[in-house]
Amino acid sequence: MWDPLLFVEVLIGGLLSGIMYSIVALGFVLIFKASGVFNFAQGALVLFAALTFVLMLEVTGDFWNWTGGLSIGFAGLAGLLFLLNRKLLLNDANRFLNIKVLAFSAAILVAIVLAIFIQGGHNMWRGVFIALLLFLGLTVGIRKPNAAAAVLLGVAIIALFAGEINFWRSLVLTLVVMIVLGIAIEAVVLRPLVNQEPIILFMATIGLNFVIEGMAQGVWDADVHGLDIGIEDIPFEVAGVYISQFDIFVAVAAALMVGTIAIFFNKTRIGRALRAVADDHQAAMSVGIPLKNIWAIVWAASGIVALFAGLMWGSKLGVQFSLALLAFKALPVLILGGFTSIPGAIVGGLIVGATEKIFEVFVGIPYLGGGTENWSPYMLALIFLLFRPQGLFGERIIERV
Amino acid sequence: MNDTASYLSIKDIHLHFGGIRAIQGVGFDVRKSEVFSIIGPNGAGKTSMINVISGFYRPTQGQIQFDGVDRTHYRPEQVARLGFARTFQNIALFRGMSTLDNIMTGRLLKMKQNFLSNAFYLGRSQREEMEHREYVEHIIDFLEIQAIRKIPVGRLPYGLQKRVELARAIAMEPKVLLLDEPMAGMNLEEKEDMARFILDVNDEWGTTMLLIEHDMSVVMDLSDKVMVMDYGEKIAQGTPDEVRVDPVVIRAYLGDT
Repeated sequence: MWDPLLFVEVLIGGLLSGIMYSIVALGFVLIFKASGVFNFAQGALVLFAALTFVLMLEVTGDFWNWTGGLSIGFAGLAGLLFLLNRKLLLNDANRFLNIKVLAFSAAILVAIVLAIFIQGGHNMWRGVFIALLLFLGLTVGIRKPNAAAAVLLGVAIIALFAGEINFWRSLVLTLVVMIVLGIAIEAVVLRPLVNQEPIILFMATIGLNFVIEGMAQGVWDADVHGLDIGIEDIPFEVAGVYISQFDIFVAVAAALMVGTIAIFFNKTRIGRALRAVADDHQAAMSVGIPLKNIWAIVWAASGIVALFAGLMWGSKLGVQFSLALLAFKALPVLILGGFTSIPGAIVGGLIVGATEKIFEVFVGIPYLGGGTENWSPYMLALIFLLFRPQGLFGERIIERV
Repeated sequence: MNDTASYLSIKDIHLHFGGIRAIQGVGFDVRKSEVFSIIGPNGAGKTSMINVISGFYRPTQGQIQFDGVDRTHYRPEQVARLGFARTFQNIALFRGMSTLDNIMTGRLLKMKQNFLSNAFYLGRSQREEMEHREYVEHIIDFLEIQAIRKIPVGRLPYGLQKRVELARAIAMEPKVLLLDEPMAGMNLEEKEDMARFILDVNDEWGTTMLLIEHDMSVVMDLSDKVMVMDYGEKIAQGTPDEVRVDPVVIRAYLGDT
């Protein structure tokens, strides 16, 4: 029962759903490229981002009044950080001051936590979590006071003036949460393990995966939440082929995001530094690239990519714990595309998406009883490994003997 | 600053790794535009010393002053920002990048543009890129590596890789250039080329050079001053002619005879 129209429809549907895999795989590639760490926790980050966003949307009333106060606090902190930076140079030689600033920020945190408890009616862990994020944000901010001040000010303004438009306010706040979380993971989990074997770093990210999943459950909850980003999943017809409107939207958004990342990597000073760090750490340090900042930027970027993936997948499947398992679907994509290549992640995702759908429709359902989508990508990856282990776009490793 | 004063002064550096004492109380002064060499047998602590000066190791004790600034605890990127460039004994290049891109990374600290200016003032950041590119081409001509401009450095022979590494260091317009065994593993002809380049860089830009070598003969013609280390200690210092005939140095190199 060969039907070319059906084939085209399945192919297009497969390619479009492949883009969904690509955006998950992209988060892996970013970190692997720059630091050689296979970040097992990327799936958990996707889940965490989606949950945070959804619950910020759902929470209303008191919470937002409280954030109104918070945004004023943010603005105040921003000004303070900025002033500190103008007046005093914060560096290693000036440790006493760092301790003072830390003590000061700790005091603010205690105040915020108290405020949350006094407010009452909210999940205690949620308050503690927000306080922790703030604390981490502040300690990061002490290293880069001007940047932190700018970000805080931006958040404060948006939180105050976004008014009733919950969507954008939640988006910006979640974005900040993901950036802070990314930077914090780098600083707390991975930096102490610098120069360790890759397998140790990998194990650390496995641990991290469960911590984030658990934290997401503790801070928010384990229910399935619907997520509506305002794009209806209605198919439209082009020349007899039905195409999902939502998938097209995802494809366009993903293209924009990948374009931005590509420009960032290839055309900017930071991008050049990123590529240098990805290639050789020692050499990068010797030309004056601060490794820690670069890694922080990469983790922040992967946090942003995780948010994007979380929004897309969350609105497709609902926000639930199975989102964390997306990491496994990204594996065949990475094997096909190569762990170090951004175009590889895109092409790999397209291939995986297209083949699994075509295989399911033309082989799986008629002959194998369906359900092949769960394993066919891994089969493809396995076959691929036999012939081209470095992936389509991966760097070929040639050892000189 | 007058010419005779100390430009880079290293005071009483100790470096311990647990129980191992890699450097024990070594100090010396380097004057501006001087070629200063540290020589010594294997395991004398020479590379440790360069790692301390470039910020890769933190000294257990001691002080490093540069142009009147105390920079003892600076990290590698801060040291680079002060005007120090270095090469590595076993070559640290960006192996996946071309020769040109490798040398361009040496210009990173000199670039002003950021992401936003890239997005909005394309003309200006393109002009900046062109200026840096010109500077790099000048260095490429200077070190005679025009032919390998576009080749990924991972594929280059060892001697040329060393030269690309030197080019990247020079691209940083350093005030002090730290060279860790720039001639190790080279044949005589390559060694002579490298020696010529080192002297040319010193002449052209007046760069202060701190050179580490295992092989005593090569540095003698290059250096204004030589320091000899053995077992983490300084055992001699002086002009090449003084050091060459120093009985302590001869004993360190040849053993007690």
